[in-house]
Amino acid sequence: MLDIKSLQVKVEGKQILKGIDLRVNAGEVHAIMGPNGSGKSTLARALSGHPEYEVTGGEVLFEGQDLLEMDPDTRAREGVFMAFQYPVEIAGVNNAYFLKAALNAKRKHHGQPELDAMEFMQLIKEKSKLLDIDQSMLSRAVNEGFSGGEKKRNEIFQMALLEPKLAILDETDSGLDIDALKLVANGVNAMRSPTRAIIVVTHYQRLLDYIVPDHVHVLSGGRMVKSGGKELALELERRGYGWLENGVTAVGA
Amino acid sequence: MTTSPQTIEELATREYKYGFTTEVETDTIAKGLNEDVVRAISQKKGEPEWLLEWRLKAYRLWLSMKEPTWQNVKYDPINYQDIVYYSAPKKKKVLNSLDEMDPEVRRTFDKLGIPLEEQKLFAGVAVDAVFDSVSVATTFREKLASVGIIFMSFSEAVREHPDLVRQYLGSVVPHTDNFFAALNSAVFSDGSFVYIPKGVRCPMELSTYFRINAKDTGQFERTLIIADEGAFVSYLEGCTAPMRDENQLHAAVVELVAHDDATIKYSTIQNWYPGDKDGKGGIYNFVTKRGLCAGRGSKITWTQVETGSAITWKYPGCILQGDNSIGEFYSVATTNNWQQADTGTKMIHLGKNTRSTIVSKGISAGHGQNTYRGMVRVGKNAKHARNYSQCDSLLIGDKCGAHTFPYLEIRNTSARVEHEASTSKIGEDQIFYCRQRGLTTEDAVNMIVSGFCREVFRELPMEFAVEAQKLLSVSLEGSVG
Repeated sequence: MLDIKSLQVKVEGKQILKGIDLRVNAGEVHAIMGPNGSGKSTLARALSGHPEYEVTGGEVLFEGQDLLEMDPDTRAREGVFMAFQYPVEIAGVNNAYFLKAALNAKRKHHGQPELDAMEFMQLIKEKSKLLDIDQSMLSRAVNEGFSGGEKKRNEIFQMALLEPKLAILDETDSGLDIDALKLVANGVNAMRSPTRAIIVVTHYQRLLDYIVPDHVHVLSGGRMVKSGGKELALELERRGYGWLENGVTAVGA
Repeated sequence: MTTSPQTIEELATREYKYGFTTEVETDTIAKGLNEDVVRAISQKKGEPEWLLEWRLKAYRLWLSMKEPTWQNVKYDPINYQDIVYYSAPKKKKVLNSLDEMDPEVRRTFDKLGIPLEEQKLFAGVAVDAVFDSVSVATTFREKLASVGIIFMSFSEAVREHPDLVRQYLGSVVPHTDNFFAALNSAVFSDGSFVYIPKGVRCPMELSTYFRINAKDTGQFERTLIIADEGAFVSYLEGCTAPMRDENQLHAAVVELVAHDDATIKYSTIQNWYPGDKDGKGGIYNFVTKRGLCAGRGSKITWTQVETGSAITWKYPGCILQGDNSIGEFYSVATTNNWQQADTGTKMIHLGKNTRSTIVSKGISAGHGQNTYRGMVRVGKNAKHARNYSQCDSLLIGDKCGAHTFPYLEIRNTSARVEHEASTSKIGEDQIFYCRQRGLTTEDAVNMIVSGFCREVFRELPMEFAVEAQKLLSVSLEGSVG
């Protein structure tokens, strides 16, 4: 589904990703881990097309198409979803209205009829059960006055509604207490499907207790330094990132 | 993909879609202004002597007045001798029905989405259509007359209801009020007149659509709305003009009078030609609007969506004279490209327990300059007066400006006055968030802006709220992206 080849990305003139290779198939859950500043969030944002993240080399194919050629909104409509680490507030814009616009933009893109208000409310009802979303959250403005946990839940709720092919979770666990973490993880797990790929970017192993990945990759200094199965995450939890970073230096030398 | 600086720079590229002109034969008084022109206008309208005298008094005063310079806008001096003060589509005879209207004029209104056939209009909206200097049609008159409502052009009202006109004309905005009000009083050519009798709730929205067509012509209309005891009326005005390289002057006066327990809701969707993207052309919209809450428990609400004009200068205000009267002002003003707006309100509290609310939303994009200027005055007898003001500014890009000038004059210690102000920028992060959900940049900006304006839009009559939202998105088109 996703094929990343020696991807290089600059942010504010600074080279952050120095050549990333990653292949993600439909049905798989990949965890990207790494110390602070390793470039894992950069990878997530570059894939979603954030304008401040400048791709300086490499290529990314999404279902055989050149992802990097697409606008961020085209990527989204094609089925790339990113759950933000810091979801922004949009004052005065009703959450349900926002979601309906997003969903209909996507449906239109795929030649499907747009949902009317009744159909949409029905859909929302179904999906909100999934995440234990309080209906009142939908009538509030987008993320406005939401707690940290509510914002993250809202992200996963949007994901459930938009049903992406590729979902990228950018440090979705940061700032969540254990109950909120479980809720979010349940939502993500409910979204696991043979036709969907999920990339979980996280600093801590904790989230991976609940969202069990098929593959774990470790980023350090803008490169993938190790890949493995879910047990790699546990090893990282035990040993920290230090041994890998040293390893890189050793290889480099 | 590198969007930031220039995305936000490229402002408003879509063409102004009401910029066409109509070829009609006109009856025009040559450019320039002097007493003879004032007399000629009055004569063309077949006015009584008292009105001519009133005009001349205003004209003579105007000659001694200076154009105001305190406002935060810049423009080249206006040559008042280079303006046509009267231009009307020629008619062959007295118009008895719409069928006799110049088909070109009629087509113009069709094209503007204002069909003048009653059955084609929004159900429940009566329209007075003003083309250059004169009213060309007023719909639903008979239906309204059956409940005693007078809705007609100002000129007709002068003929048919001279006593009412004489009683109220200049009672809220006297000819001495300011330079542009004096000019208007001297040369006004038409406008709408509304009278709602005691206890009547107007069964439909009343609306006036103003169209400037002729070149070098100024539009000087006067609107007078009177709501008698316990009456209710919701009135809406809309306006457009052709695209021309020269600036054109629009100096209107609107007066509202609300008696005991009467309510007037006055909404404006102002879409005069704003000039091109280099700031050439556009309407100078120098307007004086004021409402008098004369009676106990009366209420006047001004709602304005100002998206057009090269320069907007207007401060629709309320004189809260009756005890327990209420004044409200809800405003969205957009300046894009080189547009300038200096707008706000005046709330003058005279009666006891009077209340006023001001919600102003300024949006600046391109090189636009947007000023909120608002006065809250509490007189010494206005016990327990209350005011709440909220002024929010939204900036799109980094070449525009937002300015806020609140004036508070409080002469009664029991008054409670609150003022809140905020300035924010549409963030790239907000736009990106929306785009990541599949919305285009343009849709994202529209959504963010309409969220910003929500408190004002919800005050508009429903049919027009949708219209206003669309208009706003067109006027900001290209501001990001």
